[in-house]
Amino acid sequence: MLQIKNLSFAVDDLGQEKEILRNVSLEIPDGKLFVITGPNGGGKSTLAKLIAGIEKPTAGQIIFNGEDITDLSITERAKKGIAFAFQQPVRFKGIQVADLIRLAAGKELTIGEACAYLSQVGLCAKDYIHREVNANLSGGELKRIEIASVLARKSMLTLFDEPEAGIDLWSFNNLIEVFRDQRKEISDRSILIISHQERILNIADEIVVLENGSLKQQGEKNDVLPDLIGTASAVLDCQGNRLPQKEQEC
Amino acid sequence: MQLNEIQLDLLKEIADITDIPTGAYNIRSDSQSIGRQSSANIDIVPKEGISGIDIFIKPNTKNETVHIPVVITKSGVKEKVYNDFFIGDNADVEIVAGCGIDNCGAHDSQHDGIHRFYVGKNSRVRYAEKHYGSGSGSGKRILNPVTEVYMEDDSYCEMEMVQIKGVDDTCRTTVAELKKGAKLVVRERLMTHDVQQAESVYTVSLNGDGSSADIVSRGVARDDSYQKLDLKIVGNAACKGHTECDSIIMDNGKILAVPALEANNVDASLVHEAAIGKIAGEQLIKLMTLGLTEAEAEEQIINGFLR
Repeated sequence: MLQIKNLSFAVDDLGQEKEILRNVSLEIPDGKLFVITGPNGGGKSTLAKLIAGIEKPTAGQIIFNGEDITDLSITERAKKGIAFAFQQPVRFKGIQVADLIRLAAGKELTIGEACAYLSQVGLCAKDYIHREVNANLSGGELKRIEIASVLARKSMLTLFDEPEAGIDLWSFNNLIEVFRDQRKEISDRSILIISHQERILNIADEIVVLENGSLKQQGEKNDVLPDLIGTASAVLDCQGNRLPQKEQEC
Repeated sequence: MQLNEIQLDLLKEIADITDIPTGAYNIRSDSQSIGRQSSANIDIVPKEGISGIDIFIKPNTKNETVHIPVVITKSGVKEKVYNDFFIGDNADVEIVAGCGIDNCGAHDSQHDGIHRFYVGKNSRVRYAEKHYGSGSGSGKRILNPVTEVYMEDDSYCEMEMVQIKGVDDTCRTTVAELKKGAKLVVRERLMTHDVQQAESVYTVSLNGDGSSADIVSRGVARDDSYQKLDLKIVGNAACKGHTECDSIIMDNGKILAVPALEANNVDASLVHEAAIGKIAGEQLIKLMTLGLTEAEAEEQIINGFLR
């Protein structure tokens, strides 16, 4: 269970304090899939980074499984079971896909085991396993490898920051399947996705709307989603266009 | 041939040798050959009057290896060694060299290895050379390799040259001359730490039409160490050349990258790239989100970069 209590985050903006998040409180029970949506600049990614420890809050608390983790480092939080999939995957010269998956799993893996994670994100494993995680890979390929590395963590809480950003429609369909599979596989674990894609919102248990740094709305999908359709908080395809009815059903 | 623990440790680091190599070999320790074997197609002959060996590889020799590692285990040893490789036409061989110095004393130990390669027509050579220093003495571990490569028509040479760690002072000089259709690929990796100094100078002349070179040097300068990378390609024909200096700077390290291109033919196509920077913060953060400490993340990034 993740509890966020009165969390605030501010940055210095030319000598003026600028609040990015204001007094946000939230509870994510085990086994739930939460999607955080809202207009751009609303503080969604910042919230995910605060949970992972990449940013430090200016006020408030983060409690994970009953323990106050507000002052813990990124590493300590990762070891306690928080995984984070970056919106913009990081490139490394020399580090191979197999290395990244092995580091994510935290143990030696057979090539077969590492390949299984790549297959889950729709990559033909043998073509990728020994490639470097560098600029020779496309944005979509890097994104899928990023998601595979997070799957290998098998964490209690997995944060996905705009997982659909930079991937094509085929990958997007695949991504939805990855989240569905995760739900089946990890009944006691939680997933928190930052997204404003309607199809991702559709697989949520609960939806949280962040706007201007504040929690505007939170509730079960069926209660919240109808209000969001047609707004910037619920767009339909990777390009932000409404899809034909047939594709919406897939 | 009996090898002691220090010799075995050094041989493992520089040439991945844990036992007597198969194929042709010459193992040199503290200025003496302690084991030598020729094969049916590869003849190793000691030079007369100067230190070193001649390695004669017969034309059409395929899939054979030559190991010529050097170790120094005594403090104060200084040597200059000439090793010449005469590789016949249509051969395909792998050559493993490398030098490891263990210095537990107060005197400097130094190995200057001069390697000359005469690569025959249509031949393929893969060359690996690793340098490594160990020992707790105040005496320096010094390595000044000179590598000269003379490539005949349509030959191919791939060189992996690595300074793993522990080398206090090095001046590396590499010269190559390529004839028609010859191709040279170099992957250099340099790690310096403490107050070490490393200088690496390349001059690659593409003299024949269709010749090409791809020279990539990656370095990591930690602590108070210094690296100078001076990579030059000269295009004298219709040729293609690429050089790349890519360095990670850490702590109080200093790096000077001097890539240079000289085109003396209108059909020469030459490119250089050079980049120096510290480890990107986002790389550290990504690996920390996988549960690594900052120090562990740094080590993984450097190991990958210098792979």
